[in-house]
Amino acid sequence: METLRFILDNHGLISLLLGQHLFIVALAVGLAILTGVPIGIAISQHAGLRRWVLALAAVLMTIPSAALFGLMIPVLSLVGYGIGVVPAVIALFLYSQLPIIRNTSTAISNIDPALREAAIGMGMSPWQRLRKVELPLAVPLIMAGVRMATVINIGIAAIAAYIGAGGLGSLIIRGITQTDTRQLLAGALVISVIAIAADYALYALQRLLTPRGLNTSTLIARRLEEATT
Amino acid sequence: MIQIEHLSKTFGAITAVEDVSLSVAEGQICILLGPSGCGKTTTLKMINRLIAPTSGTIRIAGRDTAELDSVTLKRSIGYVIQQVGLFPNMTVEDNICVVPNLLGWDKTKSRKRAAELLEVVALDPAMFLQRYPCELSGGQQQRVGVARALAADPPVMLMDEPFGAIDPINREVIQDEFMRIQRQVGKTVLFVSHDIDEAMKMADCVALFHDGRIEQFGTPDDLLAQPASEFVASFMGGDRVMKRLRLMRSVDVASQVPPRQGGSSPAQLVVKPGDDLRQVLSQLLGCGQDWALCNDSDGRFVGYVHQADILARLADHTMPRVH
Ligand SMILES: Nc1ncnc2c1ncn2[C@@H]1O[C@H](COP(=O)(O)OP(=O)(O)O)[C@@H](O)[C@H]1O
Ligand SMILES: [Mg+2]
Repeated sequence: METLRFILDNHGLISLLLGQHLFIVALAVGLAILTGVPIGIAISQHAGLRRWVLALAAVLMTIPSAALFGLMIPVLSLVGYGIGVVPAVIALFLYSQLPIIRNTSTAISNIDPALREAAIGMGMSPWQRLRKVELPLAVPLIMAGVRMATVINIGIAAIAAYIGAGGLGSLIIRGITQTDTRQLLAGALVISVIAIAADYALYALQRLLTPRGLNTSTLIARRLEEATT
Repeated sequence: MIQIEHLSKTFGAITAVEDVSLSVAEGQICILLGPSGCGKTTTLKMINRLIAPTSGTIRIAGRDTAELDSVTLKRSIGYVIQQVGLFPNMTVEDNICVVPNLLGWDKTKSRKRAAELLEVVALDPAMFLQRYPCELSGGQQQRVGVARALAADPPVMLMDEPFGAIDPINREVIQDEFMRIQRQVGKTVLFVSHDIDEAMKMADCVALFHDGRIEQFGTPDDLLAQPASEFVASFMGGDRVMKRLRLMRSVDVASQVPPRQGGSSPAQLVVKPGDDLRQVLSQLLGCGQDWALCNDSDGRFVGYVHQADILARLADHTMPRVH
């Protein structure tokens, strides 16, 4: 109750922190899509390369976030960005690589070889094949990777408050230092809620982007609708 | 139309295809027949350069395919793969329009073409154009696969066991359907099959493969009547003679010579001109007659089919083809 009251009383501050939080995560995941999807596609046809890249991404994932933030401070200080949003976005960007690269390369390499052969045999160039066949078929799995990266990063971004990146982590830190459970719980609660909400929103986006032909249940619904009208 | 000369392909130490030569005239169906792993698919894929030949030449309409751009060549050849390979993210219409779109056809023209082709393969355009492949039965998918390969009206079609995955009953249906379409479109077709009955039924000429080489090349009747080797004879089966009978129709042996009076009873067997001789002979043997009346569908007399004439035909190597 007290936590809820705190949230209501401070909704201005909380919306500001929430905005910062989402901005960091969205920027990091957005950049990670721009790099992870092409990397995933590039490695999908080379089993050896794929193993190395995925191993590297997995290693990144196992570095504890506090350690990663700590590591980045001296490195980025050299260019004047030791603390703040920049190192936070870079860390989250690195954490996003594994789910996005892995899901993209798995999706592309699991495409039925018969479809690839049909596409080549009909005279599609590699680029046409990718755009018209492989990427549309890979959408559900790629989006699942994006969702996973987003949810993980919403949690990790809380820790970025320690290096001055702002966001809802600030509430938690203040709650700890001031031994104020209301602030601590409010931060944790809002973070959980946006993680769940983001997952749902991205799921809706995933359904929207998935080609209709891959979605048997909506097709059946559509046919039933046609039959009754 | 298609001339293949001394074509070979090796994969490392494996020789998949060795010194294959054959030629197919325009509008004919040539079937590459043989047991699994004998190099049929490899041969087919070298024709549209999905696989580059190790040596040998392939000419289509007189032009050496090695001198053509590989993508242009692929777009100019209709290709039906064994697993159908319809793109699940595209509607039936978009699947059929793939090659026309690649060729930059006008949208309305390619849409119109898709609807026409669905009619050709006996699917109602109004019902099927906007469906997705997952909403079609196996047989319907095969038909769309054929329509897709016909889309840009290529003179040459390559088909790799196109009906292999269909159950025997529907396979017969779709084979008949394809023969009907072929009479309409007259493509030059190279067709891979391991099914001897399919080959005997559909082929104008057959290349029987064995370990990457052509064991015998000829008409279905050549292979049945004069197998060139022990392998051909055993592949064609112990019932070769009966298979030959399937290639002939009663009209081919119908004669105006009336049966001897006082022969078998007058309870006559009546057959149609299009009935194949295996069926006619089976009926004759079944009712103990030595001749049958051949009447057309309006009941008009065509001729007498004598059992003795049927048997005499089996000794004869130059028989007309059934189509
Ligand atoms: N890409 C390849 N690499 C190595 N060997 C191959 C390849 N493709 C086919 N082969 C071999 O070549 C032979 C002929 O294969 P294929 O043409 O597919 O036979 P078929 O279609 O008659 O069943 C087989 O022994 C097969 O294992
Ligand atoms: Mg094969």
